[in-house]
Amino acid sequence: MSATIQECVIISGKGGTGKTSVTASFAALSAGRAVLADCDVDAADLHLVLTPKIVAKTDFRSGNEAVIRSEACTGCGTCAELCRFDAIHYVKRPFGKALYEVDPVACEGCGVCVRFCPAKAIDFPERLCGEWMLSETRCGPMIHACLAAAAENSGKLVATVRQEARRVAKERGLPLIITDGPPGIGCPVIASVTGADRVLVVTEPTVSGEHDLARVLQLARHFEVPTFVCVNKWDINPEMTERIEQAARKAGATVAGRIRYDRAVTVAQRAEQAVVETDAPSAEDVCAVWRQMGFE
Amino acid sequence: MIIAVASGKGGTGKTTVSANLARVRGDVTLLDCDVEEPNVHLFVSGEPQGEPEIVSLLVPEVDESRCDGCAACSRFCAFKALAVLDKRVLVFTELCHGCGGCARVCPQGAIREVPKRVGVVETMRAAGVTVVQGRLDVGVAMAPPLIRAVKARIPKTGDAILDAPPGTSCPVVATLRETDFVVLVTEPTPFGLNDLKLAVAVVRELELPFGVVVNRADRNDDRVAVYCREAGIPVLAEIPDDRRVAEAYSRGELMVDALPEYRPLFQRLYADIARLAAGARRAEPRPDGQARKRSFL
Repeated sequence: MSATIQECVIISGKGGTGKTSVTASFAALSAGRAVLADCDVDAADLHLVLTPKIVAKTDFRSGNEAVIRSEACTGCGTCAELCRFDAIHYVKRPFGKALYEVDPVACEGCGVCVRFCPAKAIDFPERLCGEWMLSETRCGPMIHACLAAAAENSGKLVATVRQEARRVAKERGLPLIITDGPPGIGCPVIASVTGADRVLVVTEPTVSGEHDLARVLQLARHFEVPTFVCVNKWDINPEMTERIEQAARKAGATVAGRIRYDRAVTVAQRAEQAVVETDAPSAEDVCAVWRQMGFE
Repeated sequence: MIIAVASGKGGTGKTTVSANLARVRGDVTLLDCDVEEPNVHLFVSGEPQGEPEIVSLLVPEVDESRCDGCAACSRFCAFKALAVLDKRVLVFTELCHGCGGCARVCPQGAIREVPKRVGVVETMRAAGVTVVQGRLDVGVAMAPPLIRAVKARIPKTGDAILDAPPGTSCPVVATLRETDFVVLVTEPTPFGLNDLKLAVAVVRELELPFGVVVNRADRNDDRVAVYCREAGIPVLAEIPDDRRVAEAYSRGELMVDALPEYRPLFQRLYADIARLAAGARRAEPRPDGQARKRSFL
């Protein structure tokens, strides 16, 4: 990790709390000093606001997938027996012999069937899992990606996006990386926050927001990343906001501010603008969070 | 009938739809497959049924007295969960998928598989609804094994509703496999529409029948409706953008309890899903008793 580049990752635990809207605003506020990275590779949305012009596309190949050559398969069933992912099934053909087939969606690419097939009838080609893009936006360079439908290895694609963002930041002498993270606490989230310099958790004052925040703060602590919390739409339940902020402080996070409920956020999204690029009332709240996190 | 409620984008209302459907149906099993952030229990709480089941993944343990550092295991492992340094094997269990390959390829028989806890599955009962929930341990990356353990509790007979995790990758696929119908919940925003298209690509890849529920429906934005019409996707229901719904949700109250005028909407939705799922089954004859191309076992 380079000491001169600061990476700020925006996550949420619960989905739909406003991560991407906040990230887009941060991108606008960074005024050309940041590389932007979209690590929500499952369902990337940042490009809908930042309208990137794609400069280069690269295939993302990761891992392999087992493919049974039907002409060589003897139907012994060893593969199906050894597969721990329930990915190999017996298929009866209307004509000809009964054979085994790999379900590409269920195959995790471990290679056990390939290695132990007595007839050596299983190929193991590389798997195309999606692509990642280097783009230019009005707010700076952006790295984003697109995972193939129902693909594996979103965590590795996240790692690739972050690595490329860091490379671009170094190359162009930019001091900041602003990363839109995925929801949840699993593999792609872990891949997004490990080694980051600051994490901002955007939550909402609902029972789900509160519950999920507790888990995501535990995760951030587990990976020892300094963590900030902001409550979005705080005024739909002020008491819950209060409670969430207390819990956040207790968990060792810094409360970075509150963002009011504002229908203009959707209006901005439809106009492909970041909230801070509009005169939406909540724009000043987002600016305050940005300052609280020590930027500017 | 097994119904899965999914969405590309998070926060569109999957849990709202699945929990309210379960409530109006009664006698049903509601399974929370969003094991990273399970929320169903916040809305349908009930009496715990027995002790939580601890779910583990089999990961390698190396017997150093037998290991000669040949590195056959680390060369085989597709997930880089084993590395050999100075003739010693290091195991990174957080990267392990539990395929068992390393134990099989070790010429010395020095690797045995031991269970590593990844989370728990809990069962609760509330007013006729059985809630099964998976809860991934914090710091564990691999959700699919736990999702499979949750799905193992799908009853043999009767209806089940699965609350899926957001996204389009492995945890979603693990949830949607072997279901009869998928409800995709979206909202009429550019993000909602974009992520809906991604989710549609996934259910089409899995060859599952599906329909869309538009949450927080807004007369000012008909892009989702236009897209569904053009793509020939049935819109099963529209839940209006009602601040009272948001407030009830924030307090952990179910919509059909807090605002009973919404009961008919969910009753109709359930009936429509049942009708479409049955239609899809009839439309797809199964040659020689086998399931569809991508069905399993």
